[in-house]
Amino acid sequence: MIRYFIKPAIVCTIFFILILTHPCIADDDNYNYIDIDNPSSRKIPIAIPVFVNTAGSAADSPVFKQMSDLMIESLEFTRYFNVIDRGAYLVDPVNPAITRDKVKFQNWSTIGADFLVTGGLKLSGNNIKLELRLFDTVKGKRLVGKGYRGTVSDQRQIIHRFCSEIVRHFTGSRGIFNSKIAFVSTGTGNKEIYTCDFDGHRPKQFTNNKSINISPAWSSDGKWLAYTSFLKRKPDIYIKDLKKQEKGAVIAKKGLNISPAWRPGKFVLAATLSFSGAQKIYLLTGTGKVIRKLTRNWGSDLSPTWSPDGQKIAFVSDRSGNPHIYVMDVNTGQTERLTFHGKYNTQPSWSPRGDRITYSSIEKGSGNIYVIGIEDQDPIRLTDKSGNNESPTWSPDGSLIAFSSTREGRSRIFVMTSYGTDQKRLLALPGKQSNPKWSPSFTK
Amino acid sequence: MRKKLWICLALVLIIPGLLFTVSCTTTANEQEGETSDQPADTPDQPADTPVEPVVGASDGTIKVNTEGMTKEQIFYNEHVYFEFDKASLTAYGQEVLTRKAEFMGENADVYITMEGHCDERGTNEYNLTLGDKRAQSAKSFLIDLGVAANRVSTVSYGEERPADEGSSEEAWAKNRRTTVVSD
Repeated sequence: MIRYFIKPAIVCTIFFILILTHPCIADDDNYNYIDIDNPSSRKIPIAIPVFVNTAGSAADSPVFKQMSDLMIESLEFTRYFNVIDRGAYLVDPVNPAITRDKVKFQNWSTIGADFLVTGGLKLSGNNIKLELRLFDTVKGKRLVGKGYRGTVSDQRQIIHRFCSEIVRHFTGSRGIFNSKIAFVSTGTGNKEIYTCDFDGHRPKQFTNNKSINISPAWSSDGKWLAYTSFLKRKPDIYIKDLKKQEKGAVIAKKGLNISPAWRPGKFVLAATLSFSGAQKIYLLTGTGKVIRKLTRNWGSDLSPTWSPDGQKIAFVSDRSGNPHIYVMDVNTGQTERLTFHGKYNTQPSWSPRGDRITYSSIEKGSGNIYVIGIEDQDPIRLTDKSGNNESPTWSPDGSLIAFSSTREGRSRIFVMTSYGTDQKRLLALPGKQSNPKWSPSFTK
Repeated sequence: MRKKLWICLALVLIIPGLLFTVSCTTTANEQEGETSDQPADTPDQPADTPVEPVVGASDGTIKVNTEGMTKEQIFYNEHVYFEFDKASLTAYGQEVLTRKAEFMGENADVYITMEGHCDERGTNEYNLTLGDKRAQSAKSFLIDLGVAANRVSTVSYGEERPADEGSSEEAWAKNRRTTVVSD
């Protein structure tokens, strides 16, 4: 097995550098992507032993276990994997093998681990050199192999890079590891917008204006965040450059300026404005200029969400007397009602895969999360008897849904599969958390 | 300036409110049960203290006890309440707004903002539109009664500024309201 680390010119940069060690596409043979989103399909059994010290000397650092544990946590977060408990491993703890020629695959397939990740870590001071490999233990094959360099503080990025490779191997998509979640938290006594990593780690306060801030919305390139704020004692839309933290445009027309939603691939958004008296959805530039009015019927129209191709919006309207979800082609204006059950269906979020919409429905005083197919229009309830559940939002790969729930008392953010399985709390901060909005995958 | 006013108002409203909530509610129920007009055993209240709104017994309608208030105090403290997910005015809401229109007729220098509010049920964005409609319907009613449109602004706070943080029918009823704030 050949592996070689290319020393790039920018090796001095503090950021980690990813180097492809081996063109592993040839190894991938004819693996068929399975629909592992479907909960009826078995989770992928995988073993991830503690990373091995390849420095030659005995290094006693918590980093070896930390990084391998982070990989377990991250892969389990996807809900695709069943990570086999380390207590069951039949490996030689003194001389654990990490390469294909040394690994005894039978030791792994025997305990049910069809797949194995090994890590060889060289730690010198604050610097990390890590080799990671994914094996098929049944076929005795290496599927993916990568080398990474960086510093100890880069360990999350390094692990998530390789997790992306693993998930891509099984699903064809890079997954969610480069995404963030924006949400509202009341920890300071005010509703402020926060962001955190996809797994709830590293929460950061984004707004700090002691007013009411809600409805965060990511642009599809991840550059801009729009949100509704009462900074000027009325609801206006603020647009901010995420990198520069610069003030962008403010949409502050008379009346309501709420529920912004970025059009995919464009510096354009849809939002509800009421300057004309009626609450209608408008198309606006990212600088806050009205392009045109999108909805015209009687009633209030709000909470637009774009189809991934940017040609349609789903939105809430009370034109039938109660709030329901409608779908409109923004080019032709043709509009169809999507939900017919219940009396209070709001907060639609269009799947990045295009085929389904998730929304919340209030029935008997408490909210539940539903998904509905655009074609079959058959609503499926994903939450049940678990407090008030609101604000569903898709992960950028369309496999997971984040939402808020009061099932533990205070409102918290939870994540589940798009089939409603594996519902787990994302994070708990002081105050209440609500209004999650999952970002697109950031490309670096 | 306005903030200060709010804080003062909140203190004046909340502290005595907290002290007398229990006794007031009981009083209201007692009064309803009685046939005579004899006033029930009311606790001593400073004359300028607005009273917590009182929920009626059967139909869930809600009224502010304005007894002992000046016209101006009534104008700013008697709120208009709504049914769940409705922005249309109840008969009592219209009565309250009629009093407000009269007051504005007598006080030409009064300019106000009508704030629309909702209870916590329902979702944030929808409730912002509902609060907007509540404030708008109150404003339209005032205009119909002859108040100049430029004297009444509106703003919606949706479910973001509840009068009562609780999650009971009574708290919800208190929170579905439009309030008057001086401009």
